[in-house]
Amino acid sequence: MTSVAHDVVDAVYTVAIVVFILGLKAMSSPATARRGIVYAGTAMLIAVAVTFFSPGLSNFAWIALGVALGGGAGYYWARVVKMTAMPQMVAVFNGMGGGAAAAIAGVELLTSLRGATAYLSVAGAVIGAISISGSVIAFLKLQGWMPSKAIVLPARQVVNFAVLIVALGFGGYAVGGLHAQYLAPFFLFLVVYGVLFTLPIGGADMPVVISLFNALTGIAVGLDGFALVNGPLGDAGYAMVIAGVLVGAAGSLLTVLMARAMNRSIGNVFFGAFGAKEETGAVVQGTLRPIDASDAAVLMAYAGEVVIAPGYGMAVAQAQQKVKELADLLAAKGVTVKFAIHPVAGRMPGHMNVLLAEAGISYDKLFDRDEINAEFPAVDVVLVIGANDVVNPAARRKGSPLEGMPILDVDKAKTVIVIKRGQGKGFAGIENELFYADNCRMLYGDAQTAVGQLVAALKQN
Amino acid sequence: MAADLWTALFIAILGAFTGYEVISRVPTLLHTPLMSGSNFIHGIVLVGGIVALGFATSDLERAVGFVAVVMGAMNVTGGYAVTERILEMFDRAKRGGTKP
Repeated sequence: MTSVAHDVVDAVYTVAIVVFILGLKAMSSPATARRGIVYAGTAMLIAVAVTFFSPGLSNFAWIALGVALGGGAGYYWARVVKMTAMPQMVAVFNGMGGGAAAAIAGVELLTSLRGATAYLSVAGAVIGAISISGSVIAFLKLQGWMPSKAIVLPARQVVNFAVLIVALGFGGYAVGGLHAQYLAPFFLFLVVYGVLFTLPIGGADMPVVISLFNALTGIAVGLDGFALVNGPLGDAGYAMVIAGVLVGAAGSLLTVLMARAMNRSIGNVFFGAFGAKEETGAVVQGTLRPIDASDAAVLMAYAGEVVIAPGYGMAVAQAQQKVKELADLLAAKGVTVKFAIHPVAGRMPGHMNVLLAEAGISYDKLFDRDEINAEFPAVDVVLVIGANDVVNPAARRKGSPLEGMPILDVDKAKTVIVIKRGQGKGFAGIENELFYADNCRMLYGDAQTAVGQLVAALKQN
Repeated sequence: MAADLWTALFIAILGAFTGYEVISRVPTLLHTPLMSGSNFIHGIVLVGGIVALGFATSDLERAVGFVAVVMGAMNVTGGYAVTERILEMFDRAKRGGTKP
């Protein structure tokens, strides 16, 4: 490579990295977020273009074909998919990144099985392969193509550990003994490990899992970058190290935030198989009091303040448009309407915010748990839509499986109306004491239908 | 360990602190765009895929490199489009707009 070309490539990567950081920074404030992604996108485009035209490359036709195929498919899919399917989309694209990282590590290992670089490639392959197979399982669970509850195999801790050790053994043996033929079983066992790791993690823990795999892919990309810095186009390696580690750090932080929002350790989320078994012990006393839509509508119409607490049930029923209609009707009657958002409501971080934004509900009406919890005693009516564990007061009681999980204190409001499909339990398999409280009324039906009835009733009076 | 690897390690440590600092105070509202935006940024893996395929010499290397490029490209465009769509909605919601 001539030194001028080298300098140009260097300069472009440097600029791209600076713009990535600024773009990510811009994404931490609602006003600048959109600008942030456009900046980052432009930087990415330039970085990819300069790599493609950098001297010394061959196989141009294959590269162009690969970019066109993968890029076209990714863009098309992301554009046509429904907003309610966003969690699984994020999982898929994240898995693709992990797969790419694993494949790059594979090429590096095929080229050279020697030295520190080879071990870094092994590490990149391990994390990348776990990320892609785990993400695929997360996708299948979120898409509903396999049961979303925790799937627990016998002796899974032992089996999982053994599979990982065997994989690492093949990897180490391939590199240590320069046996390229052991790379295939190495990757195969890694993929199996990713599957086994994700199976026992249930649907409600998906926000944590998705952000974990995001962080893992970032780390895998960073490790690949390490392996590439001594290669023919080392600057690309540095760019990958920075971007990968940046995402690894940001993603790890988000993972911890999500786990903390449930007051559970990372270890409990990933290895606890939470939600797989039903609670024994405590029996809840009392009766469920149903209410019909017209009575519920009257209660809300004459309230001073209504707080809506949405959960995964709203996403499943795609009821967000109806909810917006309901909020508008109430606002037109002079009722103050707010939304209470639990950080882990739904299936990905910020899931409820995205759906409500899709419906056109302004984000200054959305309040975090910590912002709104103190207000509940003064609220006239809380409408819980398809949320269960995040509003279960059992979390305040010692010995409950939910113990210590910070919840929305909706039970402290004057009246609580819960929209629920049936009398089943929440994801955690725990009876919800809220439903039996004196100030609670049950409005049965799926979120779309029930909110629709409320809207119709409100229009009449 | 080669000097280049030490340089890369040095860079990685700074990158980790930067990542932590940049997003340490993000409101719940932006958790999704943040996650999906960082999902897009690790799409830089495409650059590595292009290098791997561009310098591949055997058919097996080419095949695996091709897989890397396809997947990397999907990560980039998909990650971008998802993030853009989400942020677009936040914009529209803020303006009090309704369903498109």
